[in-house]
Amino acid sequence: MTAIKYNGLSPGPDGRPHKMQPRWRQDFPIDTPQDNYIARRDFTKFMILTSGAFVVGQLWIALHNHFRKRRGKPPEKAIAAVQDVAVGGAMGFRYPDRQLCMLIRPDQDIFLAYGNKCTHLHCPVRPMFSENKLQCPCHNGYFDLQTGRPLAGPPRLPLPRISLEIRGDVLYATGVELRT
Amino acid sequence: MIRTNFGAGSRPLPRRRRTTIVYGILCFVLTLVIVQLWLLTATMSAYLGGDDSVIWPAAFASLVCLGLNLGLLRYLIALERG
Repeated sequence: MTAIKYNGLSPGPDGRPHKMQPRWRQDFPIDTPQDNYIARRDFTKFMILTSGAFVVGQLWIALHNHFRKRRGKPPEKAIAAVQDVAVGGAMGFRYPDRQLCMLIRPDQDIFLAYGNKCTHLHCPVRPMFSENKLQCPCHNGYFDLQTGRPLAGPPRLPLPRISLEIRGDVLYATGVELRT
Repeated sequence: MIRTNFGAGSRPLPRRRRTTIVYGILCFVLTLVIVQLWLLTATMSAYLGGDDSVIWPAAFASLVCLGLNLGLLRYLIALERG
């Protein structure tokens, strides 16, 4: 930015005086330093507006958390009979309301259940018993079959774990464990 | 040239200095906004993972950043009015 002025006008962006500028610029002169000043000032104001939007976002999360706490623990729900799931098999169910979950039986006495939405972009995951993994086919994300923790690919958060109880021959979902 | 009532006496403040001050304010504001962005993403990640212990402290920290930004905005407006 230069302080040299010609006939009260700032020099052009190339630093040459106003008289040496092309005709079109002489006819429609733009005060470049003033233009820069206003652009930066308005951008600063816009960033402060963005700052306010981030606070609104934080309060939105707090509000959602409040309602989540108020809902409390989801009720128990019978999801399947033990014999409905073959060893090395899986079945889907909805818990607590309409959330799609997956019940898997990797061994005779082991039942596991996870939320069936990949923590990356919510594609359904599928078990790969031979590799002891859960795979999200959308972006090749992998989770550990035993823990639901991410192993490879884009997902960074583990799958929500559904706690189970077996009473008699019936499997009950008793809660959802969100994890980081 | 504008006049500002910051500091002792009322001295004209050249545009060049005003632009420098706006650049300085913009640097502070951008730093604070980046901190707020980080706070928001970290809070969202914790919330989705079921950890709600950071929600209110992060909201408070973000509010403090906004307060600082509004203070700088006040200075910016005063700078314009001169």
